[in-house]
Amino acid sequence: MSRILCVSRHAPYQTSHANDALDAVLAAGAFDQDIGLLLIDEGVWQLVTQQDAPYVGKKDLSKKLCALALYGIENIFVHEPSLQGRLLTRDSLCLDNVQLLTNKETRQLFDQYEQILSF
Amino acid sequence: MSTLHTVNKSPFQDNSLASCLQLCSVGDSVLLIEDGAYGASQSSPCAKELISLLNEGTRIYVLENDVRARGLQLLLDGIELTDYQGFVQLSSTHRCIQSWY
Amino acid sequence: MADSLPALDKDGYLLSLGDWSGEVAAILARNEGITLTAQHWEIIELIQAFYKDFELAPANRALVRYIQQTLGGEKGKSIYLMQLFPPNPALIAAKIAGLPRPANCF
Repeated sequence: MSRILCVSRHAPYQTSHANDALDAVLAAGAFDQDIGLLLIDEGVWQLVTQQDAPYVGKKDLSKKLCALALYGIENIFVHEPSLQGRLLTRDSLCLDNVQLLTNKETRQLFDQYEQILSF
Repeated sequence: MSTLHTVNKSPFQDNSLASCLQLCSVGDSVLLIEDGAYGASQSSPCAKELISLLNEGTRIYVLENDVRARGLQLLLDGIELTDYQGFVQLSSTHRCIQSWY
Repeated sequence: MADSLPALDKDGYLLSLGDWSGEVAAILARNEGITLTAQHWEIIELIQAFYKDFELAPANRALVRYIQQTLGGEKGKSIYLMQLFPPNPALIAAKIAGLPRPANCF
């Protein structure tokens, strides 16, 4: 079984990248693959609480993120410098089981996985 | 264990290159393609970071077709030109590819 | 008997959850060879709650876990769901509950 890291770098609603990344992760989870999700750069906006996407005619991405645990996906990583650069903290996030990573830890993460899916 | 990082956005308008360089490990390589080629110019906003990675031995490539198409003349010393065949070769000699787009 | 159903997609799923009713569910179930019992209704309500919580029709694995959390381990089992909604609980239960076809299920 190959270990896959999904790297999600885009904000939720303007493009479909964030949603596509999440669909890929859920699919991998449904088929029992060992997949991790890394949210970095604009991708960290996906985790903000109190999103109300119907205002722009979309489904709430943060609700879908909450389903990850039920798909057996426990390795959710957040690049901490990306949070800090946007004045976000752990308390601003809709998931509490995420692991915050420094630059060094993020570099190590890339080396721990055999495959990367870039979004 | 190494990653090939490809970047296709100009660093003058986007932080993809900056993020990539920040998370590039020793032994990884960086390939600038499409508008990412602007990042190889001497006026690159990431010039300092690129030079420091080059000094540490990281290989930084730029796709020659994209450089020529854009008329880029003054590239940072140490950045290597490569062609599509080189791109394929880089893809096969690294374990994974992370696309910064 | 001329049972009339609201608009369906090509796989037989309701195009709009707004068209769903208990009667529609019973017809959809009958088309799958299922007669709905209280045990079925319990799962139908749960899968609808899942959809409300996550805006997503669950794959089998996620449905089983969700039921484990809400109804406990006796019912949160593939075999229990398989008996109620054969041959593929996620697909069949979603169809009867008026949800879209779950992705990642064959």
